[in-house]
Amino acid sequence: MKLVSAYPPHLRDTDDVRKVMYDVLIALTPVVIGAAYFFGWYALLLCVLGTVLGELFDFFVMRFLRKSKDFVPDGSGAVTGLLLALNVSTRLPIWAFVIGLVFALGVGKHVFGGLGQNIFNPALTGRVFLLISFPTYMTEWVDPLSGFWKSPWDATTAATPLALFKEKGIVTSYWDLFIGNVRGSIGETSALLLIVGFLYLVVRKRIKLLIPISYLGTVFLLSAVFYSVNPKYGDPTFHLLSGGLMLGALFMATDMVTSPITPLGQAIFGFGCGFLTLIIRLFGSYPEGVSFSILFMNALVPLIDRVTKPRIFGEVGR
Amino acid sequence: MKMAFRGGIHPPQLKEFTKDKPIETMPLPNKVFVFLANHAGNPSKLIVSPGDEVKTGQIIGVPDGYISSYVHSPLTGRVVEVKKIFHPVLGRPMDAVVIERISEDQDQWMRLDTSGDFERMTREEILDLVRRAGVVGLGGAMFPTHVKLSPPPEKKVDTLIINGAECESVLTIDHRLMLERAEEILLGILIMMKVLKVEKAMLGIEDNKRDAYEHLKRVFKGYPVELKLLKTKYPQGAEKQLIYTLTGRRVPRGGLPMDVGVIVQNVGTCVAVKEAVIDGKPLVERGLTVSGDGVREPKNLMVRIGTPVSEVLEYCGGIDEKTEKVLLGGPMTGISITDLSIPILKGTSGITALLPRETGVQKPCIRCSRCVIACPMNLQPYLLYLLATKRRYDDAVNEGLMDCIECGSCSYVCPSKIEHVRHIKLAKNVYRATRRG
Repeated sequence: MKLVSAYPPHLRDTDDVRKVMYDVLIALTPVVIGAAYFFGWYALLLCVLGTVLGELFDFFVMRFLRKSKDFVPDGSGAVTGLLLALNVSTRLPIWAFVIGLVFALGVGKHVFGGLGQNIFNPALTGRVFLLISFPTYMTEWVDPLSGFWKSPWDATTAATPLALFKEKGIVTSYWDLFIGNVRGSIGETSALLLIVGFLYLVVRKRIKLLIPISYLGTVFLLSAVFYSVNPKYGDPTFHLLSGGLMLGALFMATDMVTSPITPLGQAIFGFGCGFLTLIIRLFGSYPEGVSFSILFMNALVPLIDRVTKPRIFGEVGR
Repeated sequence: MKMAFRGGIHPPQLKEFTKDKPIETMPLPNKVFVFLANHAGNPSKLIVSPGDEVKTGQIIGVPDGYISSYVHSPLTGRVVEVKKIFHPVLGRPMDAVVIERISEDQDQWMRLDTSGDFERMTREEILDLVRRAGVVGLGGAMFPTHVKLSPPPEKKVDTLIINGAECESVLTIDHRLMLERAEEILLGILIMMKVLKVEKAMLGIEDNKRDAYEHLKRVFKGYPVELKLLKTKYPQGAEKQLIYTLTGRRVPRGGLPMDVGVIVQNVGTCVAVKEAVIDGKPLVERGLTVSGDGVREPKNLMVRIGTPVSEVLEYCGGIDEKTEKVLLGGPMTGISITDLSIPILKGTSGITALLPRETGVQKPCIRCSRCVIACPMNLQPYLLYLLATKRRYDDAVNEGLMDCIECGSCSYVCPSKIEHVRHIKLAKNVYRATRRG
């Protein structure tokens, strides 16, 4: 019998990082299925590629570049890869996607020191890199339900609901927006499927719940104010359902690594994201502002954490 | 109404092995090893020499200074030697008196002189009995009880709180004491109330011990002791959390319970106080739980202080060959020992033997915020860990390093398997050492 000496506690919860990451992948499965249904095989291929290559690249970096011999894959690379795939246009070529993925994980994550160390959401870092590097590929929006086997380059394209509204004042059917039967990035169109996946994470207690509540609430209330002043700004329901808001608020802003630790901080973070998103939508030159808002707020997280430090038990005054 | 504090966790309780087992008295050991030092205060001064014959309850060490206590022989026998043994709480070798039994069945007691009628005694007489009986806090801190019962006059103490929460997993000894020795607990409480001149006493008990709650309710009927049912949540039995739950008062940072008018005593200490004052019996034995999945026959036991852990485990059928850890205390805060010849201390509330558990590999912090939510002291364990590993001790102290009660809730919930408590303990030691020098 060999007795081990260790520090307490000697009981540990059975949960671990890998299970957290796997649960995110499970939560995103309905969205991936929806993407395949609305945008066909190529969208599905990008999702699978993102998941597989993301994890492989993460493993490669850890094992061979950072020479961590005891590294055990944890699924975090797969999550970043899949989220990147859900955030790109259906007409993005595979080579460009791979460049974006390498940028997301390489620059967005490992340059900062790897898992847990990055300031900016890696998937969004990759997306914005692609948006700036390949603006044409990233802003060609294929019509949904063109047929599963149809090549995206043969399908017809047009503007997204947000752009249509901003430029021409055309309002898309709320039902189509809700179920995802609209043009947009691969995984952002279906509010329904995103919410289903999100609820899974809520049930599994894997989410900083205050972030999406505050984010979506801010967009809803603020757009209601603008709408009441002038209907040309669009009504709150439209703003909630369109663009990348659902994907951003439910899955990107809630990334644990790049969001605040304290509940109050999370509420502030969500408010900032919501405020900036709407301001960019209404007054910016881009039709959508979710990615930029979240990245901007990511940069403020250390500051938010500092300001919202919890009061230590027994502390008198502050 | 059930009450609780903010934060906390719900670890597996593992109390089912022993919660229905009455307290057994373990047969006398042949040899005991009695430390002259408790955790708190100065070691006692030895007043016997090798070769001396001693009786059970005879004083072998006298206090050295104010925060120090009497030490008594737990056996009737002969003092063999005084040698240095590794003290599991202080973490370094300390003087221990080795006493050997002379004959098989001799157990002659030397008791304190007492009338047994505490209501006729003065405060000073009671305190003197408690002091001379060597009573210390049996919850684990081993702080001399007579000192705790003599708060300085500027501190207005109005409430005595009895800790019957027993929130630590595996341990059931307090549960059993409340079921089997409720009358003695009550007497102990009444004695301490008299000493402290308080009108109000409360006993907090977690709602996983309903039977004990109902029993105490019957016993306490008509006495000024309020029984409070608490939500089962770890660490409900931590002093500051218990006080807050029961009274809504927050012990200030770096302060003591008496700063908010409260004195807290463990139920085991109540029994020890009663035995000292009414029976004149010095503290030479204590109740403890021997359990965990590595123990073959888990038990609640009454054991003489100084009995080696190995003998206690042997009496409980021994431990499984696959046992990975043996702990003094329960699994959340217990100290792991690798040498089973270490003796039972006055503050040892249990021995836990655990089979190997899957721990998982440590990963970097993913800022999931679970540790912050779990921390009952409202600290940010992830930050303390970070600062401690970066050796930024002063910053860590500013973030509340010294406020940490080392309950282990953060490490328990951490999905990255980070050992916050380990690094916090080390950082505290470094900080204390450097500040002194």
